[in-house]
Amino acid sequence: MIVFQKPKSLTDAQLHYCPGCTHGIIHRLVAQAIDDLGIEGKTVGVAPVGCAVMAYNYFACDMVEAAHGRAPAVATGLKRAMPENVIFTYQGDGDLASIGMAETVHAATRNENITVIFVNNAIYGMTGGQMAPTSLPGQVTQTSPYGRDVNTAGYPIKVCEMLSTLDGPEYIARVAVNNVKNVKNAQKVIKKAFENQIINKGFSLVEVVSSCPTNWGLTPDKALEWVEEKMIPYYPLGIYKDRSAKEGE
Amino acid sequence: MTTQLLIAGFGGQGVLFAGKFIAYNGLLEGRQLSWLPSYGPEMRGGTANCSVILSDEPVGSPIVSNPDVLIAMNLPSLDKYEDAVVPGGMIFVDSTLIERKVKRDDVKVFYVPSTRLANEIGLPTLANMIMVGKFIKESGAVSKDNVEAALKKVVSARHADLFDANFKAIDTGYNFAE
Amino acid sequence: MADKVLMKGNEAIAEAAIRAGCLHYFGYPITPQTEVAAYMAKRMPKIGGTFLQAESEISAINMVYGVSSAGKRVMTSSSSPGVSLKQEGISYLAGSDLPALIVNVQRGGPGLGGIQPSQSDYFQATKGGGHGDYHLIVLTPASVQEMADLTQLAFDLADKYRMPAMLLADGTMGQMMEPVELPEPGTVKQVEKPWAVTGTKMEREHNIVNSLYLVPEELEKTNIERYERYKIIEENEARWEEYMMDDAEYCVVAFGIAARVSKNAVVAARKEGIKVGMIRPITIWPFPKKPIAKAADQVKAFISVELSMGQMIEDIRLAADCKKPVDLCNRVGGMIPSPEQVLESIKKAAGGNK
Repeated sequence: MIVFQKPKSLTDAQLHYCPGCTHGIIHRLVAQAIDDLGIEGKTVGVAPVGCAVMAYNYFACDMVEAAHGRAPAVATGLKRAMPENVIFTYQGDGDLASIGMAETVHAATRNENITVIFVNNAIYGMTGGQMAPTSLPGQVTQTSPYGRDVNTAGYPIKVCEMLSTLDGPEYIARVAVNNVKNVKNAQKVIKKAFENQIINKGFSLVEVVSSCPTNWGLTPDKALEWVEEKMIPYYPLGIYKDRSAKEGE
Repeated sequence: MTTQLLIAGFGGQGVLFAGKFIAYNGLLEGRQLSWLPSYGPEMRGGTANCSVILSDEPVGSPIVSNPDVLIAMNLPSLDKYEDAVVPGGMIFVDSTLIERKVKRDDVKVFYVPSTRLANEIGLPTLANMIMVGKFIKESGAVSKDNVEAALKKVVSARHADLFDANFKAIDTGYNFAE
Repeated sequence: MADKVLMKGNEAIAEAAIRAGCLHYFGYPITPQTEVAAYMAKRMPKIGGTFLQAESEISAINMVYGVSSAGKRVMTSSSSPGVSLKQEGISYLAGSDLPALIVNVQRGGPGLGGIQPSQSDYFQATKGGGHGDYHLIVLTPASVQEMADLTQLAFDLADKYRMPAMLLADGTMGQMMEPVELPEPGTVKQVEKPWAVTGTKMEREHNIVNSLYLVPEELEKTNIERYERYKIIEENEARWEEYMMDDAEYCVVAFGIAARVSKNAVVAARKEGIKVGMIRPITIWPFPKKPIAKAADQVKAFISVELSMGQMIEDIRLAADCKKPVDLCNRVGGMIPSPEQVLESIKKAAGGNK
């Protein structure tokens, strides 16, 4: 009896992510949701620029590689051209919350019927550990070598809090993948974000608080502790907006 | 035959609309033509002009810099374009808004108090079409036969009530005798 | 024959695009091309198409990228400063071998520049405005009829060669009205796009639309293959019009509004006994090298008439292989050369007052 296997929506390509990086878990959760909903044949994913740039090799559905930050605009085009297909983007914090902030906010406010997976690990990973829009106050990175100084570099952007002030989006949630309990919850929330699209509810964004042991300079287990102790207090987990649930009350 | 027409005035006086109407007359006569507006940030009140060329040959440059016919709806327009009119050409002047006379003696000039006439017939926004009526009568550039059909093209269905008003204004200009 | 209608150039582009089967438009307001967006906003909802006013030119071109990835005809339009913003997406379209139409109704620059007509985006359009080795097919209409005809041709060529095409017009062409005859709708030939990301339906391997190649040998290969395709296009798709060239001793080269003005000057010069003709490029990439090279063995001099500080003149010199002098007759910043100015340039090339 098979009790555990790789989701069919993942290819057999070997992931290039660093040891201890949680991108692998998040890929799996997204693929599992696609499997569970039986939508692989009509799903098109949009890969970002950043560590997940080669996600197009890992997801077995059709994939498009977007320019840095433009994934929500590309997904908008795909969805408008093919309303019956399921379109998702998979983006990091620099991509979504810095260079692509305009695309993110406007796709949300249009309630564009797409699913956005937003991986927040508080750093630019692929380029070697520079300060991200979500880097914590005082966080040391290559471009904030003395720690993020909020007087000159400003404060981290809390994407879920900000987007949930908009009337447009359907569903905004933040999850984490630093322990089994959080991973199981993340699976439910990600699946919900895809279901929303299938029943035409509209823009659903799931922020996944993630880790980057390599660029944080921590071992994988210490990095997960840092998520628990530093990241989650600054980025509280929860459902920030769920219009349909609210209307159902 | 080729007619190069320049209509100039304040934005809001309907110079582009007047040009468009004349262009449609040309279209209905099966002639070659071009219509080119000046365009700018001022939607109302600034200067506006439009070039209309009607010809039996394909139109080259759509820009009219030396008009055969000038319709001047305000003083700045007359000041600016009077000297550019070709010798033997025509100038139509809204003599309600332009008090001075045309200085040149090598052009035919028609003084039409179109703004006053428009007010008198209760159509104060249609001084432009009164000028057009006079232009049709005197220039011979377009025939009077297609006025009705051309008006139907430029007056949108949404504003069908304005058809009669425009027709009346053109008629007033056509029949105006100095 | 369909009835001729009177339309603005910008409106003719929009209607022609719809009739070419383009049901998706993304744009952002900018003078002097806004009529394209306004027309699309009115028509698209009634025919089940998409009109979307994007948050920026950058977003608009990336929405175009999305629709094109799905294998559908799509376009965006803007004017010079907005087209600069689109260059990122245009480079990605080229790098991913995606067809699309980009319309640039040019205005004066650089920077915010002005809103009057210009042709100073020639280099940007023909030499690759974004990063990397690539070309666009660039079509230059000189009448409202061509605004419509070349819009349709641009879609066909873009699909045929899997690359973005640009309609490079100017403020005059966009704003002027002329009689135009539009093709009957529904005469579109649909091209198979097996590469499109339409969902695998679990029947095939996944398609990937992508411009990233981290292995340099692979990236080199894609570039070389693309340039082999460009070579075929240069061989087959250059378009131009010749006017009074049979016995010409002098040759005006001009496109768009500059060609319209120059035509008056050529007629006037002929009346004065100067044997002058005109070559009007209809494509500027590929540039019509052959007729220029041929003319270089026939005429005594070329005159490049441009609404720029002299950009096309470089392509004329290259095509003429520097065999004959090429003079520049130009106005910039939103100004347009007058027929008299062009006539003076012709006379000067012909050696004083003939």
